[in-house]
Amino acid sequence: MDEQLLSLVLFSGTDDKLNAAAVLTAGAAALGRPVHVFLQYWALEAFRKDRTEADHGLAPEAGPEGRKAVDALRAAGQSSWAETLRQAKDLGQVEIQACSLSMDLLHLEESDLDPLVDGVEGVTAFYLATGNGQIVFI
Amino acid sequence: MATQDIAATVDARNLSCPMPIVKTAQQMKSITSGQLVEVLATDPGSLKDFTAWTKSTGNALVEQTVENGVYHFIIRRA
Repeated sequence: MDEQLLSLVLFSGTDDKLNAAAVLTAGAAALGRPVHVFLQYWALEAFRKDRTEADHGLAPEAGPEGRKAVDALRAAGQSSWAETLRQAKDLGQVEIQACSLSMDLLHLEESDLDPLVDGVEGVTAFYLATGNGQIVFI
Repeated sequence: MATQDIAATVDARNLSCPMPIVKTAQQMKSITSGQLVEVLATDPGSLKDFTAWTKSTGNALVEQTVENGVYHFIIRRA
């Protein structure tokens, strides 16, 4: 098992949390660390085909000031989380898998998902891929 | 350092973290061992990030300067 492997479990589907996850993924990819991303619940919903660039809102703690700050950063040219993930995949070894339970919950087929998603797996396959590596839950 | 020694330039000004590093790492794929890449960045984390990234990847940070809020790095590919 690769001890450098970073496993990210994405649960939240708001743009700020997805962006934080995309930044962690791209940073690890730039260092040559493989990254395994597991999409659950509302994070998975944000990866629907043709929906990644839609407005997914922000976490409640952002408030109106946070909204303004996030909008200003985007207006200044910050990449969307989906674009950051595309660059991370282009650069390094980044695999994005959808949680099969969440696929059922949201009534999704694999063809409903953005091409960023490499496939569907259960939690057992996720743990097997992770081994004794770190898991970050966002 | 003579500018003709530089094989590629990454203009990452106004890009936020981690894009300066991501774009530099991508650029590294297009040059060969021993060649130099020049990076311009304004992200405030650049100094620590480029120091850490070069240390971890084995590439050499041969020059680093900052002027008017613009970081300038020259990195030699390992």
